Amino acid sequence: MNYVIIGGGTAAVGCVEGIRALDREGNITLLAAEPYPVYGRPLISYLLEGKTTEEKMLRYREPSWYEENAVTLLHRRAVGVDSGARTVALDDGSALPYDRLCIATGSRPFVPPMDGMDTVANQTSFMTLDDAKHLEEMLGAGKDKKVLIIGAGLIGLKCAEGILERCASLDIVDLAGRILPNVMLPEPAGIIQAHLESKGIRFHLSDSVARFTPDTATLKSGEVLPFDVLVVAVGVRPNTELATQAGCSVERGIRVDSHSATDVEGIWAAGDCALSHDISTDTDHILAILPNAYFQGETAGRNMAGGDASFTQAIPMNASGFCGLHMITAGSYEGDTYLSREDGSYKLLVTRDDRLAGFILLGEVDRAGIYTALIREETPLSSIDFALIREKPQLMAFTRAERAKKLGGVKTW
Amino acid sequence: MKRVYVNEKWCLGCHLCEYYCAFANSGQSSMVKALKGRRIAPRIQIEERNNISFAVSCRHCTDPICVKSCISGALSIVDGAVFIDSDKCVGCYTCILTCPYGALTHSEQGAVQKCELCKTNEFGVPMCVQGCPNQAIVYEER
Ligand SMILES: Cc1cc2nc3c(=O)[nH]c(=O)nc-3n(C[C@H](O)[C@H](O)[C@H](O)COP(=O)(O)OP(=O)(O)OC[C@H]3O[C@@H](n4cnc5c(N)ncnc54)[C@H](O)[C@@H]3O)c2cc1C
Ligand code: SF4
Ligand code: SF4
Repeated sequence: MNYVIIGGGTAAVGCVEGIRALDREGNITLLAAEPYPVYGRPLISYLLEGKTTEEKMLRYREPSWYEENAVTLLHRRAVGVDSGARTVALDDGSALPYDRLCIATGSRPFVPPMDGMDTVANQTSFMTLDDAKHLEEMLGAGKDKKVLIIGAGLIGLKCAEGILERCASLDIVDLAGRILPNVMLPEPAGIIQAHLESKGIRFHLSDSVARFTPDTATLKSGEVLPFDVLVVAVGVRPNTELATQAGCSVERGIRVDSHSATDVEGIWAAGDCALSHDISTDTDHILAILPNAYFQGETAGRNMAGGDASFTQAIPMNASGFCGLHMITAGSYEGDTYLSREDGSYKLLVTRDDRLAGFILLGEVDRAGIYTALIREETPLSSIDFALIREKPQLMAFTRAERAKKLGGVKTW
Repeated sequence: MKRVYVNEKWCLGCHLCEYYCAFANSGQSSMVKALKGRRIAPRIQIEERNNISFAVSCRHCTDPICVKSCISGALSIVDGAVFIDSDKCVGCYTCILTCPYGALTHSEQGAVQKCELCKTNEFGVPMCVQGCPNQAIVYEER
């Protein structure tokens, strides 16, 4: 059996581990365009911040993992898929045959056309280890560079946190009226914004760049921001071209079912390039988060190896710190809300139809996974003591019998 | 594999398991030195309310969501038990976001800490179990 996986990210790792859970024999070839072993993509900001090193980062899976799992890592780019002949065309002109293929190509930065942007010499996106190295090089060691980041989403803010101590000033521009528009409601977004402003970051929201010169950006509002280094973190686009070429249905992402299978025989897809069914909103969209990439990849891998795995618990969820302020969010925020604010902490629980639909925690985030599990497992709130769990996440809120199962294995008494 | 199991019926709520855990992972040779005058941060924690109490620590899940979710690869499974390499951990708390038992906590060093069944300290067997006076926590194969 020849397994081929296109993409060397977390979804690919999940796929390998899924295959190897069932099949120790088949050949696995990992096609990875980046010149590194797999690394945790979110770590690039921690690298700049000095919280990890390149050496540690590249041990997302230890060097022995490739050997133990008999993975052939080929640093080549796939340029075509022929689903009839079952071959993948590589950038060196060769073709690789496959029996089962997983497309785990992730996403790429989306850079909207902006007037004068081509005149800016010192600019980068913030997606890859090479981007991080390029940024580090542009910043130098002098702490004297003025940095402008376009985009106040997760990637822009993590970049800001990573480089704050390395630059002279940091301005962030976003078209949206609040930071983290995709994962945050206005009030908690405001709390994080105020916290980041207290660390010296300046925000220019509901605004955008009208025009660049090599070292200034004139905003629509008329404000002129001088800068030395530009980071564009506006958004990402899924890498779906190979799937389209192979004949797979592609909407905003590659369409897969709960088995991570595409609608083309022999082809699975996983991670940031693929759609997920979000059970918190009952809608299909891309959930560009690392755990989801693993879950989809692992599901693909098990099914590629002849198993029968399905992944039916996808929800948006995020854990992140911003200059010491921790944020954990999950699910959707449509429904009845329970809000509490206590000394610097913010906590919002959202319920709908006897279920926990979503939550936002800032500051105090201990044991948040107990909440996340209620959403993922769609636990009826009438089956637990909701008043207790609202107070704080705790197993005390479950029935004695349920607790016995959770803490005593299968044994009940 | 042997795991730590809890029988809440026998739990006295005495918190001795927490103290034994904190001591076992302190690197100190005497319990007094390790704990006296300090706020402890054990990896096993008692939940208590009215007359119910029980201890919660990592279940060493057979299909651990924390390991799959970890952004740095700091969490891994070795012979069925789940370990953390605090050197690789960047303190993002994605594992805290996903663990259904609330079994990981932040540590003072910035990383996350969890029960490793005392396999990485000098004791080798779970000290919480040794310390429990009423066998409300046991270490066994089920
Ligand atoms: C700065 C930053 C911070 C983030 N922070 C978080 C966070 O805190 N928590 C979280 O959950 N998520 C976070 N994310 C998102 C997370 O990194 C992604 O969801 C995850 O990496 C997706 O994994 P993937 O395997 O699908 O894709 P990727 O990690 O993008 O991997 C895809 C790989 O495939 C390669 N590839 C693409 N096309 C080809 C081809 N044709 N041939 C060969 N190789 C190809 C690419 O080069 C890439 O290496 C962050 C992302 C960024 C950029
Ligand atoms: S930390 Fe939580 S999810 Fe991970 S193995 Fe332990 S109980 Fe399971
Ligand atoms: S806090 Fe550490 S162990 Fe937990 S997910 Fe993040 S890097 Fe992994």
